[in-house]
Order: sequence, then C-alpha cells, then structure tokens
Amino acid sequence: MPAPALTFTAADLDGFREVQRLAYRCAETIAAEMEPGMTEREVAARMKDFLMSEGADDCFHQPFAWFGDRTAFRGFIGFKHLAGFNPAFYPSNRRLERNMPFILDCAPTRNGHTADIGYCGVVGENRALDRLMDDLMEYRFLIVDLVRQRQSLAEVSQAVDRLCLKHGYEPRHKAYPFEVLAHRVEKLQDDGRPQHLSLARFGVRNVTELLKDRVRGAREGWSPLWNSKAGSDHAPTPGLWAVEPHLGFRGVGAKWEELLVITEDDAFWLDDDVPQVRRWKERGLWPADTARKAA
Amino acid sequence: MNPSETVQSGDLSLAVYTWGTPAPGKPNVVLVHGYPDAASVWTRTAEILAERYYVIAYDVRGAGRSDVPDHTKAFELEHLVEDLAQVVEATSPDQPVHLVCHDWGSIQSWEAVTTDRMAGRIASYTSISGPSIDHAAYWIMSRLRSGSTQEMATVARQLSHSWYIGAFQLPLFGPAIWKLGMDKLWPSILSKVEGVQAEASPTQTKDGSIGVNLYRANFVQRLLKPQERRTDLPVQVIVAKRDRFMLPEVLDDLPQWVPNLWQREIDAGHWVQISHPERVAAMASEFIDFVAGGAETTALRRARRRGVRKPMTGKLVVVTGGGAGIGRETLLAFAEQGAAVVAADIDLAAAERSAELARLLDVEAYARQVDVGSTEQVEAFAQWVESELGAPDVVVNNAGIGLSGKMLDTSVADWDKLLRVNLWSVILGSKLFAQQMVDAGKRGHIVNVASAAAFSPNKALPAYSTTKAAVLMLSDCLRGELAEKHIRVVSVCPGFVDTGITTATRFVGVSADEQDKRRAQAKKAYGRRNLKPDAVARAILDAVTNDKPEVLVGAEAHVLRFVSRFLPALSRRMARLDLAK
Repeated sequence: MPAPALTFTAADLDGFREVQRLAYRCAETIAAEMEPGMTEREVAARMKDFLMSEGADDCFHQPFAWFGDRTAFRGFIGFKHLAGFNPAFYPSNRRLERNMPFILDCAPTRNGHTADIGYCGVVGENRALDRLMDDLMEYRFLIVDLVRQRQSLAEVSQAVDRLCLKHGYEPRHKAYPFEVLAHRVEKLQDDGRPQHLSLARFGVRNVTELLKDRVRGAREGWSPLWNSKAGSDHAPTPGLWAVEPHLGFRGVGAKWEELLVITEDDAFWLDDDVPQVRRWKERGLWPADTARKAA
Repeated sequence: MNPSETVQSGDLSLAVYTWGTPAPGKPNVVLVHGYPDAASVWTRTAEILAERYYVIAYDVRGAGRSDVPDHTKAFELEHLVEDLAQVVEATSPDQPVHLVCHDWGSIQSWEAVTTDRMAGRIASYTSISGPSIDHAAYWIMSRLRSGSTQEMATVARQLSHSWYIGAFQLPLFGPAIWKLGMDKLWPSILSKVEGVQAEASPTQTKDGSIGVNLYRANFVQRLLKPQERRTDLPVQVIVAKRDRFMLPEVLDDLPQWVPNLWQREIDAGHWVQISHPERVAAMASEFIDFVAGGAETTALRRARRRGVRKPMTGKLVVVTGGGAGIGRETLLAFAEQGAAVVAADIDLAAAERSAELARLLDVEAYARQVDVGSTEQVEAFAQWVESELGAPDVVVNNAGIGLSGKMLDTSVADWDKLLRVNLWSVILGSKLFAQQMVDAGKRGHIVNVASAAAFSPNKALPAYSTTKAAVLMLSDCLRGELAEKHIRVVSVCPGFVDTGITTATRFVGVSADEQDKRRAQAKKAYGRRNLKPDAVARAILDAVTNDKPEVLVGAEAHVLRFVSRFLPALSRRMARLDLAK
C-alpha cells in the first residue's frame, strides 16, 4: 500500500512556520517574565493568554509547564498507566525556585495550521540543564539524517534510544502517551471561528485528525505515532511530524520540539530560526558545514 | 613536661611550651588542648610538627601548670580568647599563627576565629572534635523546627552523646568524681574505652575538676542565646569517625558560617592526637602549607566543602567498567552522594563521558583507560590511583563481558579471554586495592559484581557462570580475611539486567546471522524484564552504606538462589534448558 504523498503547498508550509514562530515567541516571552515563586498553572495560563491574544483559535493541546524534577518526569508524573495518559502531566502548583529547570510546551493552531513546540530554561543557572541542552543538538542532526537515508521510523527512534544510552541520559519521551518520539500534525479547515472545543486540555479537531490518521495508517501500513516499536517499522511517511526528543539526567529534563517536513525523498526541519538553534550558534556548537547541508 | 615560659593574661599566669625555634618564613603553629587534658596531650604531635614549624602549646587557664581562677565566670569564652591572644602576642609577635585545636580548645578557638579580638593574628584554623557552641545551637534549633522526625532523632542522638555536659551543670558532681578517684583511673579508662595509651598526668585531678567550670560558664548561656558566628579564615575540620562525644552531623550546616572550609576524616576515636599523632600532624601540615601559599593537594581538594555535605563527601570510589551500564550508574549513584569517582573502562570516551556526567553532580571525577584483562594495565591503574588520589574508600570490580555457547563449542582462546576479564580482573582489583586500604588504615569496601548466574547452572552459559561463581567464592573468602582489618567485601548478584552486555555478548558455536538473531532476542527478553542498571547501582550503594555482605538484585535472583539451595535437583534440571534460545 503506497504511503501518502506530501500534500502541503509552499503556502501551507509558510502558515505552519508562522504558527511555530508564534509558539516559540510565546515560550520566549513568558520565560522572560518567569520569576521564582510562580506556579506551573500560572505560567501555563499566561502562555494560553498570550496565544489567544495573538490570534490562536485552537490547539493540539493547551500549554504545559513543568518545573524542577517534573521536567525529568520523576515521581508520580513518570507512571506509565493508561498508555501514558497521566493526569500528572497537567500543570500543577509546583512553584519555581532559582536554578530550577523548567520546560514550556505549547501547541497552538491558527487559521488551520498547528505547531507543537518545546522550550526549556532556568531562572539562575543549572549546569546539568546546560549540558543536556548542548547535547540535544546531536539528536536534531541524527533524526533528520536518518530520515533522509530512508531508515524506518522505528529504526530512527531506536537510534535516538542508543544515543541516549551513550550519553547516559534517559529517553524521557517514553513517558509520553504511546512512548512517542514524534506525532503527526495535519492541516485543519480554516473556518474563521475564534475558538474551538478542547477536551481534557486536548484540541478535539487536532486529536480527531490524529485518530483519522491512525485508522488510515492501519490500512496503509504506517502509524501517526512515531516510536521505537513495530508499529513504526515503516519508511518515513511524507507529511509534518512534531518531533520531541526529551532527555532526562537525574532530576533534570530538557527537550525541544519542532516540525519536521518529510517528503517522498527528502526531509528537513521546517524552520532553522528557532531558539535552540540560535542558542547552539551562540555557544559555538553549530557545525560550520550545515549551511550547505540545510540548503 | 616543664614550661619554657609563662605568659601573663590579666592576673593569671599561663604555662607555655615550645618546640623548635622560630625563624623568618617558618610558620608558627599554636596547639590548644581540650578537657580534661593539659598541653601534654599534644606532645607527640608537637614533636612531629616541630620538624618543620615553630610549635607552641599552653595550658588553658585552670589546667596543667597554669593558674586557676577563683570563680566560674572567669572561664567564659571571652577570657579564654584573651588568654590565647596573649600567648600569640608573646610567642609570635611578627606573624599570624596557624591554630590546631582539640575538643574544648577547639570550642574556644571557634570563638577566637569568629570574633574581632584576634583579627589578623590567625592565619588558619584546624579544628578537631569541638564545634562552636553557637553553631551547635543553631544546628539544634533548625532541626527541631524542621518538624522532621529523622532530624529530631539526630538531635536526640547527639544529646545522648553529650550527657556529661548536663551532668557537669550539677553542683559538686563534676569536681567530685575527679577527686574521688577518676583522676587515677583516667589512663586506664582511656585505654579501655578509647583504646589510647596515655601517660598519667600529674595534674589530672586539677585538669578534670577545675575544667568542669568551662562547661558551667558557657554551655547553657550560649545554647539559649546563640549568636551568628562567621569567619572568612580558612578552616579545616578533622572529624574523628568513632568519636563518642560528637556526631559529624553537627557540622552539616557549617558552610553557611564558614565559606572557606575543608573537612576530613580520621578513622579513630575522640583523642586522635594520642592515637594517630602522625595523621593529625600530616593533615595539619598539608593545610598549613596550602594556606601559606603551597599547592592544594588532591586530598585537600577532595576535602573542600561547598554547600550541603552529602553522605559520601570526601570518599573516593573506583569503578571498573565505569563507562556504561551498571558501572556508569553505580559511579553516578556514588557521585550523587558526594563521592569523588574514578571511571576505568576499556573505552576511554565512554569513561570520560561518565566522569563528565559525575561532574555535573558537583564532584571530582576522573576517567582512565584500562583493559582489566591486562595485568600490567590494572597494576598501572592501581598505582596511579594510589599515587594521585590516595587509597580509595570503595572499589567496585564491575567490568565484565558476556559469552554464551556450549562448553564443547567454546574455544580455549574464548575461555582464556573470559577468565581474564571476568575473574582475573576481580582477583587483581581486590588484591591491589585491598592492600592500599590496609596500608592506609582505611575501613573501605570492595564490591565485586558477580551474577545470579553464579548459582544457576545452565548449559548455555558454562564459561560465564563459572567466572561469576568464582567471583562469588573469591569474595566470600576475602571477606573472611579482611574482616579483622575492618574492610568489607560485598558481592552483588544481579538477575537479568538490561545493559549493553546483552548486545555485546558473543555466542559461540553459531553463525554470525544466528548470533545477531540471538543478541536481538536477548535484548528483547531483557528489555521486557526491564530490570535497569540503576536498580543494581542503588543496591550497591545500599550495601556499602549499610554494610551488607551480599546483595541479590531482582526477583529472579532470589528465586534462583532459593532453587540452588533448597531444590538442587530442580536446579540441575534447569541447567539442561537452553537459556539462549
């Protein structure tokens, strides 16, 4: 059964890129406002307000914020019951302290285009977090390189697992529902309404698309949930994937999340102008020859 | 012992003793004794220190040949500080002194280093078994306020070690016991209870009975109304591990008052300067030389205390096969508890990565490339550890490889390699490092990682199981041998742990394709079992912390041990199943 071809136009990709930039602008703006004493709930609510005021009309999920060892999904948040649907993921009353790592994760939809991003930081300093964020660069190259080589998505995910093992990190994205490294994102109809229904903090329209993909994928031999298991043992499926490697070291977790565009014979990150790439460039980690590669 | 001079402090004259001669550029060291001692308690230590320094000791007011004040208030800390100031003024007018103090001498010197009277007159402070009363009061208050039962229990434990302080507040009690014969008994009490051989002091009756006033004049007052006492001076605290009168936990909050702090341990009772004068002199010299502008030795660097003290702070842990799997997790588990760690691995990059991760946990970490199958390399490694870092406190002989296949398919070369890596390395590692611990008088731990395979015969793992069984027996014998040296041997028998060893195991007697298949199968089965290396690491840490001789990790290890002990026929039956299929 043939996998779907990439149906998005250049204009569509521009729309997705715009909303991904909005999502990262949201994370950066709120992160700059964060102060010790704020709770995860307060920060998540600020992110939601920001996105609404910038014209977001729906979401894949409402904003998440994790502080301290919750970034590494330690404790109750790490339990994997119900295939990983764990209410402890939802923003809690944990208060931010100095030098405590945090992760912000939001997935707004605007005019039918959805992004899903992850952003981490700290008020103060945290050497373990810095190291994790530096090392996260290798994963960004690894994933896109292996997809370009047309390795199966399960093999790519297993390669990520092996890199975690080499680095001495836990692959904490295994705590996400269905242990996903990535999930698919589809374009929604732009119906002009200012707001759409969310259930249990997940956008109904986006989750419905995911379910439709699941049914269609079962028929065609692919899965919209990309993990290390047999269900992902298929060639890279053209389309948009929100990829989210999430690393944990003792009580500190870090991640980024970006949209990966997979075409019939190529793959590329939707946007290189994202905070983590800018950070790697600032720190002199970004390899010199990638300009050619990315082009 | 006759005083070399007397120094006047107020209307009292103090007996001062000196060793060596002062010279420009030579540091001056002042020794302050505790209760119920006199300056003579320092004799041996002073003689050693005098080889390099000008050494001064004096009898604290009321003790030895110094005058006795006529009222209790004269024993208040400010007068004791004044005495010290006068002695320093008289004996070292041109340069600040290095203080080395024990017990009450240390308590009163905390007052000297944290108040203004002697500002600029003290260069460094080595404190043994005597905390600041004010610090102790804050320590008690913060624990009682924490509401944690565990913290309160620690306070109760310390108070039970300080029973005599309460008793000394009673009228008559303290002086009376000294006058009623305790003075004569004191040397034999020290020898029986503390195991130290002290000469009878001619002034023992006076030292014991008059000195009770030190407690009466200061304790209650300070404990009830403590003041914040801080100092920027370099301070080295030496903890006597088996001190009956003080718990090291009392020093937990010290960095909050003392930013320049080093903390070290001696495995000894309260009177370290009598039982271990060489060690005390060596530690004092190391610190004095460093403060005087010398290099910070590795031992000192490890003793540096910043922030919260953790249970393993100051300890050195060596892990072979520290670059991955159980080894890396064990290394990190000890690092998380504050230990300095050394990762030895055949893969240097992997060892360096482990060390780097350990450094993220704020400890010193080192990586060395070692092929544990090579005698020369293990010997060179042990040598390096001893000369660069000193004898380790914990050695985890963990490096090992897997080999699966029937006995008749296993070649001599395969046997040879497996025996070297899995068994010979443990023999060497145990022997060399145990010797270092014995030489250094350390009560360390040797941890040997065996396997549940050590007691579970199976036709698919003859060579591997044989090496692990030998490791188990070796550890049992060594435990017996080292018991009298107080060095503990721990054997660890994990069940099916999901590590890199499953994908690196060689399967002999099968084709390359079949080997790949079996590796994948093993990886999958172990993955399903989901017993992680950090479970083994936690078990090892627990065994070392709680002195357990043997740990089994995973339910299967317990079941297999039970079967091997109580159902040997079943065990033999199970040996016929091919585990690798």
